[in-house]
Amino acid sequence: MNAVEVKGLRKSYDGVEAVHGIDFELRTGEVFGLLGPNGAGKTTTVEILAGSRKRSAGQVSVLGTDPAQADRAWRGRIGVVPQTGELFPNLTVLEHLDLFAGYYEEPRPPKEVLELVGLEEKAGAKTRTLSGGQRRRLDLGVALVGNPELLFLDEPTTGFDPSARRAAWETIRSLRALGKTILLTTHYIEEAHRLADWVAVLRRGEIVASGTPADLIAQAPATIIRYRRNGREVVLETEEPTRTLHELTGQALRDGFDLAGLEVHRATLEEVYLSLTEEPPE
Amino acid sequence: MRLFLHQLRAEQKLFWRSRELAFFTFVLPILFFLLLGSAYGDDEINGVSGYEYLLAGMIGYGAASTTFAGLALLLVIRRESGVLKRLRATPLPPATYVAAVLASIILIFLVEAVILLAIGRFAFDVPLAGSIASLVVVLLIGAASFAALGIGLTALIRSAEGSSAVVNALYLPLSFISGAFFSKDTFPEVLQTLAAILPLSHLIELTRDVMVFDDTVWDHLGNVAVVVAWGLAGLVVAVRGFRWEPRER
Repeated sequence: MNAVEVKGLRKSYDGVEAVHGIDFELRTGEVFGLLGPNGAGKTTTVEILAGSRKRSAGQVSVLGTDPAQADRAWRGRIGVVPQTGELFPNLTVLEHLDLFAGYYEEPRPPKEVLELVGLEEKAGAKTRTLSGGQRRRLDLGVALVGNPELLFLDEPTTGFDPSARRAAWETIRSLRALGKTILLTTHYIEEAHRLADWVAVLRRGEIVASGTPADLIAQAPATIIRYRRNGREVVLETEEPTRTLHELTGQALRDGFDLAGLEVHRATLEEVYLSLTEEPPE
Repeated sequence: MRLFLHQLRAEQKLFWRSRELAFFTFVLPILFFLLLGSAYGDDEINGVSGYEYLLAGMIGYGAASTTFAGLALLLVIRRESGVLKRLRATPLPPATYVAAVLASIILIFLVEAVILLAIGRFAFDVPLAGSIASLVVVLLIGAASFAALGIGLTALIRSAEGSSAVVNALYLPLSFISGAFFSKDTFPEVLQTLAAILPLSHLIELTRDVMVFDDTVWDHLGNVAVVVAWGLAGLVVAVRGFRWEPRER
């Protein structure tokens, strides 16, 4: 059973197409990472799936329903953490959770949500006194208080320091363990790698690669060789590292030049990502 | 109904906690009444006592400042900060939300009107001659019409930064030329004509006639028509132009 099915999804703004017909599926109980640089169309896609933006073309099914025809019951089954947007500066953390809990038929008790997002000590603090990271956790809490089956997290850790990011990853893992289906967007390759069961790389409104994180690495050029010659860095990608390296070192010995800083390694996920999302040179 | 009350309670909490908004929209008309009342309450203005004149004027000014200016500011700020969009993603029905926001601001205006009337009665000895029922009807018509105009105005304001400038530039001059603070008889003809077209002078006259002269709403259907027509115009703009999402950045 798929929680989300997308076929040929397109979106134009004033005649300019931002999403060019993408297809993907999100299996129930899994974490799906939509990975891509800023402006790739991630937020547009999430907003269409969450029912807060109309699509231009294509078919979308979220929890068996077209989000463009979403009703109250459907909205009660999803939770959204938007990329930007504030809450009420003069309400406390717990008041926010109580307010939003009131909108749902079967909310998760706000006290439990406090614990889940690690804001127990800030329960009585006004939102305007919270740090950026604490606000982001409240964003998550507000999305969780309705006890949704499906969660949309739009860049949940952008702007976090490394330790806050790790803490957020733990929270997301615990949500997966609770059986939530999660669609997360990110431009951090490591985040997708650590959290997602399935990754789709979005570039300029098109999915340029998708698969498990291991699949994506397997698609990469096998081996990368780097060295410096006359102060310039040289990068070689090769499927036959033994032969390439032998020829390279042979040539260096024959002609008497040095392979400064010689390095041979397997492509990392980051290099795969960069090779997929880099703009072609003009 | 449960959801409506839940949201209404939250709206009340939110209004009273945003001190600046509560001061400028709720407290200021009361302060002006005390101030101006002690300055020229004993004079006679347009055939009534200064107190009576001011009381009706301040109730009208209160309607403009709470249900028009206050509501517009509150909604623009919520829209541009992304709160409206987030609420839209919850199961809270949009109609319930709008109804609760309206009920909340109208309630606040009614509380303000009661305080103004009480100050008039007990501090300045203004007798309440007219029928309470007619007065309540007038206040509700005024509040609803100005609230519709306030929501309509949000469709014309693009950003939170500029919102208070735009709102103040509209409702303060409106209050002045509509004779909320002093008689408009000495104003240039152009301003008097403008005041006759705009809704606030009609609401103030209605309030005064019902309060002081024991008229009923039915005696002044012309005034009612102007106020309601403006309210309907606001409603049309509101329905067509209301947005839940902030402006694209």
